[in-house]
Amino acid sequence: MKLSLVYEVVRWEEKAIHAAAKKKGIDIQMINIDTLSIDLEQGKLAQFGDIALQRCLSYFKSIHLTAVLESKGIQVVNPFRIASITGNKLYGTLALLKAGVPTPKTMISFTPETALSAIEDLGYPVVLKPTMGSWGRLVASLSDRDAASSVLEDREQMFPIYRVYYLQERVNRPPRDIRGIVIGDQLVAAIYRLSAPNDWKTNTARGGKPQLCPITKELEDICAKAAKAVGGDGLFGVDLMETPNGLVVHEVNNTTEFKNTVPTTGVDIPSLIIEYLQTQKK
Amino acid sequence: MKCLECDGDVKIPEDVLDGEIVSCIDCGTSYEIFRDKSGSVQIKPAKVEGEDWGE
Repeated sequence: MKLSLVYEVVRWEEKAIHAAAKKKGIDIQMINIDTLSIDLEQGKLAQFGDIALQRCLSYFKSIHLTAVLESKGIQVVNPFRIASITGNKLYGTLALLKAGVPTPKTMISFTPETALSAIEDLGYPVVLKPTMGSWGRLVASLSDRDAASSVLEDREQMFPIYRVYYLQERVNRPPRDIRGIVIGDQLVAAIYRLSAPNDWKTNTARGGKPQLCPITKELEDICAKAAKAVGGDGLFGVDLMETPNGLVVHEVNNTTEFKNTVPTTGVDIPSLIIEYLQTQKK
Repeated sequence: MKCLECDGDVKIPEDVLDGEIVSCIDCGTSYEIFRDKSGSVQIKPAKVEGEDWGE
């Protein structure tokens, strides 16, 4: 079985996966998406091997390349059916709701007027998120009507995807959330992400600090259920919050980052990913 | 390698991969690694974060 790793920029994660493969004596072909030009009528794309690990930073580039590779019979991890759900917060929420996974109360609107009405139904403060995006980018906490009106007015001047108003209750949680790493259907590691000083967001890309999170039966079960909800059997970063009524899942990430999780938990996630890829039948 | 901005040192790790980001130790400018036609390691200005970048 031949493996490839598709990337756009080599982050800590891609380098660690490459090193883990090398350590196991496995040849993994590193392919920079920016070097590709693919004739869609070309029969075989041998350089990608049998299984391609999709690790592109750009969601749009990655989902399009995944579609091409799958059409040529190459197995992609994660596959298109998972990536298309996890790449969009609305689709992800719909999948979680359908599977009965606890998730924050969410509303969707398509104009500033109906969004404002939805915000007031949810009750301040409300979190407005782009349906596509990551690292907390353009995620806004709307504390009152003035703030909400101002942000909605700004969004109207932006690219159309930002005019789809995905609105979520701001959950009463401690100043941290949980990131669980799921490989296959198994939670293998978890960290708390503590908000940086003077920031309510917990994204480590924005300065959130990692801390070891014990793996409980409750955490294991809800992470496995969330992964299954978005398509199951893949590599996931499940984001959860602690509420007075238990854990809720607010997002399942597709090309999850783990550079903070590995040193915090001591779990060798890159090696586990390589082992998981080797179990894939081809 | 020399920084294209300040001429400071840009250290290239021995196990560097194409697409990896390295920084100038003096001014902090980030560079992306690539290989030229001869296979030699070169640097170019790193990409700016895209709106669809992430997890």
